[in-house]
Amino acid sequence: MNRLTTKLQSLQKEKRKALSIFLTAGFPMMEKTIPLVKAIEKGGADILELGIPFSDPLADGPTIQFSSHVALENGITLSKIFSIVKEIRTFSEKPIVLMGYMNSLLAFGSEKFFASCFECGVDGIIIPDLPIEEAEEIILQAKEKNIATIFLASPTTTNERLKLLDEHSTGFLYCVSITGVTGARKNISSQTEKFLKRAKKIVKKNPLLVGFGISTKKDAQQIKGLCDGIIVGSALINLIRESKAREMEKNVCNFVRELRTGLDE
Amino acid sequence: MNKKLVTLNSKGHFGKFGGRFVPETLIAALDELEIAYNKAKNDSSFQKEFRLHLKDFAGRPTPLYFAERLSAKFRNTKIYLKREDLCHTGAHKINNTIGQILLAKKLNKKRIIAETGAGQHGVATATVAAKMGFDCVVYMGTKDMARQEMNVKRMQLLGAEVRGVTSGTQTLKDATNEAIRDWVANVRDTFYVLGSVVGPHPYPMMVRDFQKIIGEETREQILEKENRLPDILVACVGGGSNSIGLFFPFLNDDVKMFGVEAAGLGINTTQHAATLTKGKPGVLHGSFSYLLQDDDGQILPAHSISAGLDYPGVGPEHSFLKESGRVKYVSVTDDEALNALFELTKLEGIFPALESSHALAYLKKMKLNSKNEKIVVVNLSGRGEKDLPTILRG
Ligand SMILES: Cc1ncc(COP(=O)(O)O)c(C=O)c1O
Repeated sequence: MNRLTTKLQSLQKEKRKALSIFLTAGFPMMEKTIPLVKAIEKGGADILELGIPFSDPLADGPTIQFSSHVALENGITLSKIFSIVKEIRTFSEKPIVLMGYMNSLLAFGSEKFFASCFECGVDGIIIPDLPIEEAEEIILQAKEKNIATIFLASPTTTNERLKLLDEHSTGFLYCVSITGVTGARKNISSQTEKFLKRAKKIVKKNPLLVGFGISTKKDAQQIKGLCDGIIVGSALINLIRESKAREMEKNVCNFVRELRTGLDE
Repeated sequence: MNKKLVTLNSKGHFGKFGGRFVPETLIAALDELEIAYNKAKNDSSFQKEFRLHLKDFAGRPTPLYFAERLSAKFRNTKIYLKREDLCHTGAHKINNTIGQILLAKKLNKKRIIAETGAGQHGVATATVAAKMGFDCVVYMGTKDMARQEMNVKRMQLLGAEVRGVTSGTQTLKDATNEAIRDWVANVRDTFYVLGSVVGPHPYPMMVRDFQKIIGEETREQILEKENRLPDILVACVGGGSNSIGLFFPFLNDDVKMFGVEAAGLGINTTQHAATLTKGKPGVLHGSFSYLLQDDDGQILPAHSISAGLDYPGVGPEHSFLKESGRVKYVSVTDDEALNALFELTKLEGIFPALESSHALAYLKKMKLNSKNEKIVVVNLSGRGEKDLPTILRG
């Protein structure tokens, strides 16, 4: 058990839905990551996801492509992200999940990566370009350090694969709401509902958290009955982009609080 | 690692290279493609149709041409050119697009997407899409659109929509990212025609199989002309499709092989595309292979005068052949390639593509002065008309 599993289990006992918020590390400025994390926490998020910027993020839409690009220009690196996590751990015990592409892990050294996760207080890892078939070594290395390996399932995932993903995921299963890349969208589609109903029937072990395209309180309300929690990223990045530097933290806190209300009321 | 998770079955590996590193959404489509391809591979009616289109539409077999005046520049050397430049649309790329679009038909897909660098793969895709009645969208970096303007116009004439890609380095790498994103979003009705032996399994294997006709014909033709196999094969390496197409049927023979990468302004500068020579293994565009990357694993921009070689990745089978030592990977600079282009044009009346000129340029760097006669086959992967603006710009 780590912070992530403990948190999700206690939420489940309280019959509450999890709110996971994604922020690209180092965006929009290096020195903003910590204040934004504090704002996200204050707004009532349960899980913090920090994005590891990659030059070629092929599972991401324009919003996260942009934030990744800006963060790289700001000089973010994986080592700096681990320092950020260490600093967060001086004031917060929220579960922290890193989301990044396979090449970032390989270049850092995957064994060293999980050792650093353990040392700095990371609880889980999401790698959008690592399908389960290629993940054997990563799963074993993560397990050794008690880091959750969160796999993604999508509407095109067969029932048989859903079982396999459930078997090997720890923490939660990340349900991709649509066939598509990350990015805020206008509506929750009927495809999403169908997929979540199917997943709920098959997935036994893991909580289901839904991400990709979830952007508003209305989305949260509409979807909460079909899952154990939601993940919001692009909508938050867009909000940060639109905010004046002075108002950024306040806007982020209010936005997260609104999502929280959507899930709780 | 001592423990094994027996339920996990990764596939499509060349040694440690290859595999499938893609978003989950694409797994079902790759499985579907793999099954369809394996069926087609052993289906004589599919193979017959494929060969018929290669013959009557693409213009195969392409000649194996003895370049007499070029050969005379070397001692004891006979240089043959495999004339892929004579293929319909001007490069070897069409061999692969015919194969893949026939598969798209079998899978009842409605829409074709592709990425392109030089525009040759885009033109070949748009051409076959037109012939077989598919909607076609081609992603192309805006930097490449500027330097390969004629191919943009050709694709548009053929009815394809060319979508300019402004992200990243605005070249083939970014066009490929964007094509993959499109595929993730439209996977149910869309077939992604990948242009080289890169990407997730089964693409590297499938594209190689569609291109190996180059080597099969070469083998037959050289036996007919010389009554023996060649000593040396030379081909340029971008993603690696024309080279693997030539090499593959000879891998078990006593034939030396050279894959020529683009050294751009020099491999000791930052301006090159010599992935196998200077890169490190990593994951890009769905497979584990050599890459140009920095210490943090960020992909580095490539540079080559030739848009078709301007790519920081390479097919996983080449990474395997490099590490096994079976193929030697070398590089030539922009200037060396340009000089080879001028030389061939003047000596033989054949105007080669800048990509193919890299293979030609390597002839000068080989020790071709042995006492025994050497037979060398160079893959002339494409023709040079598309490069006129680049050459005239100087
Ligand atoms: C004429 C020609 N040769 C070679 C290449 C490089 O690709 P590959 O290494 O896959 O053959 C291209 C790519 O656009 C090309 O147009």
